[in-house]
Amino acid sequence: MYTQTAIPSREQVERTLPDAGRRVKGPYAVFECWQEIPCDPCHQACNRGAVKAFNDINHLPAVDHEQCNGCARCVSRCPGLAVFAIDETYSDGEALIKLPYEYVPLPSAGQEVQALDRSGQPVGKGRVVKVQQDKESKTPVVWLAVGKKLVHEVRNIGVGGQG
Amino acid sequence: MRQTELAVIGGGPAGLAAALAAAEAGVRVTIVEQDDRLGGQLVKQTHKFFGSEKQSAGRRGIVIAAEQARAAATNKNIDVMLEAAALGYYDDGVLTVEQGDRFIKLKAGSYLFATGASEKMLAFPNNDLPGVYGAGAVQTLMNVHGVKPADTVVMVGAGNIGLIVSYQLMQAGVKVAAIVEAAPTIGGYLVHAAKVRRAGVPIFTGHTVKEAHGTDVVSGVTIAALDQTGATLAGTEKMITCDCICLAVGLSPLAELLWHAGCRMVHIPELGGHVAWRNENLETSVPGIFIAGDVAGIEEASSAMVEGRLAGLAAAAYLGHGSQFDSLKAELVAELGALRSGPAGAKIRQGLAALAGM
Repeated sequence: MYTQTAIPSREQVERTLPDAGRRVKGPYAVFECWQEIPCDPCHQACNRGAVKAFNDINHLPAVDHEQCNGCARCVSRCPGLAVFAIDETYSDGEALIKLPYEYVPLPSAGQEVQALDRSGQPVGKGRVVKVQQDKESKTPVVWLAVGKKLVHEVRNIGVGGQG
Repeated sequence: MRQTELAVIGGGPAGLAAALAAAEAGVRVTIVEQDDRLGGQLVKQTHKFFGSEKQSAGRRGIVIAAEQARAAATNKNIDVMLEAAALGYYDDGVLTVEQGDRFIKLKAGSYLFATGASEKMLAFPNNDLPGVYGAGAVQTLMNVHGVKPADTVVMVGAGNIGLIVSYQLMQAGVKVAAIVEAAPTIGGYLVHAAKVRRAGVPIFTGHTVKEAHGTDVVSGVTIAALDQTGATLAGTEKMITCDCICLAVGLSPLAELLWHAGCRMVHIPELGGHVAWRNENLETSVPGIFIAGDVAGIEEASSAMVEGRLAGLAAAAYLGHGSQFDSLKAELVAELGALRSGPAGAKIRQGLAALAGM
């Protein structure tokens, strides 16, 4: 159970994804935010109005995936490090995951790293495409290319050292 | 004897917010801080804060601490006393302070206690071995002094402090072998828990520490599952090798000076134990004595900062600088209400409801 293990169920993850039609149109953000806590910086972070204003600061984010372009500003701004941006159309064989990563050493573009799932287990390899810096939040966002099958599994990387 | 209008005891998030709000209202403020810098626990909080923009959400505690400390240090209405420990509060309304080798008597027109909280201990065999730390000490070593506290840690407590300190330990290159939590579910924010879980840290809910191992220092820990009655279940023991057992098992309000001052004290478990009774302006039963932050009830730093502003403005009004108090108060009460209105605020709401009935 998520409240005991902090690992979401498959069903929980799928509920968070936009519909299949939207997913093949291009990059989108996934909010793995399943508990009501007082927090709203994702709304402030979004330039496109895709994260609706909060009527109650405790509500879960309401996302309009038609407005979202997967830019990953919210990925670096979320205090809970709970947002990821996904591009299932990245290439024929690969999908792109933009994930928040606050460990050192940071990987560099081109580096092959371990692709870890939500329990920290290695499930394959990934290739770092880019490390995006955000001056305000100081949370780097790693762009990771993985096999398409792994795109909803991989949520962390092992660079050597932790992970 | 030193004189000031408002003495703020404790220069953490609540005290700093209080001092700045009162100073802005025109009050002469003296902050009495026992540490060698302002900021309290904020100086160790390298993670981004929750809340809304008004409470600096998305920004890191260390950044907020630096800004608030600078604002206090450059405010001409604020005097800051560092490495100054408040020792006692006397019947004639005098606060005694030890600073270096000096004993100072401070007389203020109003007092605001923002003394925070202390960590709870956990009873288990060998808990006096070197290597058994409080989470606050681990954070101080790592994030204030740049000292790696251990190689492998077992964290006890999956509240926000246990989860955040686990994350910070991993960022410092320390292995976190496990997080052990006696409650049946994770108490802290699940996004924090998910963050450490995807870095490979197992979380054992419904488990406790059975005993620590080691002769001179900690060399490991045995944990065990708990049954419905809270007793350990035979056959569920797991031995984990580690050189540090880090305790994050809760906080108690540091309310001794409020007992000294004769404030009416009430015991409310949801607020962390004994707290001073107070009204909506955070004024205790002793007129002119205000409280804010963890000493008033264990809560998040974002609420502590809002409480600090409210109590600071209320103290300013008490001292005759309250022309705008009513409108500002309404705004701050609404902010606190919003922060506490969700499921995560249930405990504090229960505690405050109990307090209101006393």
